[in-house]
Amino acid sequence: MRQSFSIGIGGAAGQGVATPGDIFAKIFSRRGLHLNAYNAYQSIIRGGHTFLTIRTGPDNIPTTNGHLDLLIPLNQDTADRHLRLLTTGGACLFNADLIKPGQSADGVQLCPLPVSKLADISRNKVAQNTLAIGAALSMMGIGFNSLESVLEEQFRKKERAVIDENIALARAGYDYATQNLKPFDHALSLTDARYAVLSGNEAMAMGAAAAGLKFYCAYPMSPATGVLHWMASHARKADIMVRQVEDEIGVINMAIGAAHAGVRAMCATSGGGFALMSEGLGLSAQAEIPVVVIDCQRAGPSTGVPTKTEQGDLWQMLGAAFGDYPRVIAAPLDIADCFTLMPEIFNITDRFQCPGIVLCDLLLAEGRLSVDPAVLDFNPAIDRGEIITSNGEPHDKYLRYKITDSGVSPRVIPGIPGYTHVVSSDEHDEDGILISDAYTNHAKRRAMMEKRMRKMDGIAASIPPPQLRGPATADVTLIGWGSTFGVIDEACELLREQGISVNHLPIRWLVPLHADAILDILNNALHTIIIENNFSGQFARYLRSETSFVATGHIRKYDGEPFFPQHIVDAVKEQLAGTTTLSIPEHEVMV
Amino acid sequence: MATEIIPPNQITMANFKGRVEPDWCPGCGDYGVLAAVQKALVELQIPQHEVATISGIGCSSNFPGFIETYGMHTLHGRSLPVATGVKMANHALTVLVTGGDGDGFGIGCGHFVHAMRRNVDLTYMVMDNQIYGLTTGQTSPTSRLAMKTKTTPFGNVERPVNPIALALAAGATYVARGFSAEQKHLTELIKNAIQHKGFSFLDIFSPCVTYNHDNTVQWFKPRVKKLEDNPAYDSTNFEAAMEKSQLWGDEIPIGKFYERTDVPTLTELEPVLNPGPLVHQNNRIPAPVAKSFIDELM
Repeated sequence: MRQSFSIGIGGAAGQGVATPGDIFAKIFSRRGLHLNAYNAYQSIIRGGHTFLTIRTGPDNIPTTNGHLDLLIPLNQDTADRHLRLLTTGGACLFNADLIKPGQSADGVQLCPLPVSKLADISRNKVAQNTLAIGAALSMMGIGFNSLESVLEEQFRKKERAVIDENIALARAGYDYATQNLKPFDHALSLTDARYAVLSGNEAMAMGAAAAGLKFYCAYPMSPATGVLHWMASHARKADIMVRQVEDEIGVINMAIGAAHAGVRAMCATSGGGFALMSEGLGLSAQAEIPVVVIDCQRAGPSTGVPTKTEQGDLWQMLGAAFGDYPRVIAAPLDIADCFTLMPEIFNITDRFQCPGIVLCDLLLAEGRLSVDPAVLDFNPAIDRGEIITSNGEPHDKYLRYKITDSGVSPRVIPGIPGYTHVVSSDEHDEDGILISDAYTNHAKRRAMMEKRMRKMDGIAASIPPPQLRGPATADVTLIGWGSTFGVIDEACELLREQGISVNHLPIRWLVPLHADAILDILNNALHTIIIENNFSGQFARYLRSETSFVATGHIRKYDGEPFFPQHIVDAVKEQLAGTTTLSIPEHEVMV
Repeated sequence: MATEIIPPNQITMANFKGRVEPDWCPGCGDYGVLAAVQKALVELQIPQHEVATISGIGCSSNFPGFIETYGMHTLHGRSLPVATGVKMANHALTVLVTGGDGDGFGIGCGHFVHAMRRNVDLTYMVMDNQIYGLTTGQTSPTSRLAMKTKTTPFGNVERPVNPIALALAAGATYVARGFSAEQKHLTELIKNAIQHKGFSFLDIFSPCVTYNHDNTVQWFKPRVKKLEDNPAYDSTNFEAAMEKSQLWGDEIPIGKFYERTDVPTLTELEPVLNPGPLVHQNNRIPAPVAKSFIDELM
């Protein structure tokens, strides 16, 4: 059984849920604890309900799990929604002046904080938050010192009196809890490790910077805006040109322009913005200009549920833009992978001069994970592919779209003498001359189409096939893609503890798909279940189209919230019992 | 890094001759624009490899194929964002943007406005023929009221956009109008526009001989009046430019309506570009900077 401890902090938007979350995250990661955090929130700036879950422990934390050990409600609504989820050994820390907790389960410690006695609440509106943090650390046995330094940093832009006041408040909460409240039964085992804590958006932005990104542009759209924020605030240190553009059509085309001029260029958006970009994706492929696009999926269709997660964009990515063209699509498996995937996909798109799509989702983009800082490698291999940078022969010899066995024609960076040429959106000959008008030629068109599509073979050979996790043979094989990696891994652990033999096939590279390698694995599987965060089983349908493989069963969720391990455990058991082949877990609590 | 292979003053029209002959209709105004652009580049002695010519889609957007530079034929209406990206990545290039009225004022109008307010150093030349030609004769954003086209068989009822007034309002720092049949004048305007630091916009009457029988060369000839012929006209006066932009009918002004030189270009405002063109910069994050990025997360 994985040792972990989960804290839930909830309140209305604007009540300051994020700050205690940041403080806990800093303290845990500095005391050698891993963590995984997910914020369930609404598309509202003030009011509504926001609920942040931070799960921590000495080993890696692959997912949050819906279980709570400590609840900190900042308002009555949060207490009403979440108190019933606490089980024996859990505790609820609340402002006794403000909140009347309802009925809790046996063995749950209700911990009223006399906020008005401990703090001057007329001066400090968020006093209850800081008091609760202090009290929580006392009950968890983590000690006060680390909190003091984190508070210093957290409020460093404020005046000294504010910092001192917050430290005093935290101390008051800590001391009050030490004297009046029962500590948790099992203290967490602290370690000497230190971790970086980051969101998937930050990880993708930093991974791209590490890969040599020089141009980034975007239009704000949840949940991808975090990439733009990181880029904007770090542009001058990282020497990256960052632009906020008028719309996503402008975004993709500006990125393509910069890429054409010779730099690595990227943009990020969500499904709606991506829809506007799709014609540009075709331009990237046709003109053979590499560009990387991140899609942070949110619940659709249309504007959908802007602050909720889904894996519902796969078919949009597969079908984006008309016509056939080479493309590469990869889905990062977790937040650390959001970083490591970026140099890989930049290298592929540069080598094969085609668009690359990073198919992320809100769960990873806005979730946060502790990561070993060594994973954040700012010196990865950079392969720009076949690029001509030196002075060349007279221009009439250079063929921008030279037909080659690999389908890749050496690119030249504009500005170099002797290589002037035209790159074009219309179909063209090897030298870039349009063959859409007076020079239309079906044989050339066919040759160009085949040249471009040959790149897919090279891309397939450059990406690793998926690997099975767990025993080679098992009673049941769980198949997922992208962000479900962590939750499926933990579900496998829980199933094994219950005596069910299970393995896990996570898919990271979606296009091109290693169909043969996947079939080699799945043809030997006894019972296969595909797990995905969408309604129609988009990956199941894609897998069938590429391999003819039909899974035994499916677990799907499309309520906007991510899977928890127990959802998968229960669904696998009901499917092994033969009750159903399609499970749609209920999300237990309104968030 | 680019090195000069052509000695100065030896850049000739031959250097800019495209690989294929234009396939515009005989008599199309775009021939005149192409010749004027080539002449301007020769007179300014800009080597062809230092020029990027970027277009959208339409008859006039086939332009980059007919001039020997680093050409780029992009999507309908998207030439300006692509060109902005090119300029941001390599601001040492002279970036010319070419297209038509449908491309620039119809499908691409949003980008047009934003490119002007950004004052990105591009030269945008719209070959304005007041009709959709490549799609065989539909109304365009600059088609005049009552004009009969395939999509307005009973006469156009939508008032045309005024590109000059729009550009002035959007904050363009160089606004001019040319006429393809006024070669010398047009060449001077293009030279002037290329030399202008910032966004330069040239609306160029380039009559369509096939689909626009209203606004022909013969129709324009007696009407166009050069602003340069009026010594009292002050092209630094915004109000005067706006007033002139409203003229249409017996007198249609051509020439430089407006120029201001006190607005920094987007390139000048971005410290990231101070060390030189982005494309020539190191693409590795220095180790201490990388460490600072990670330390923020610890």
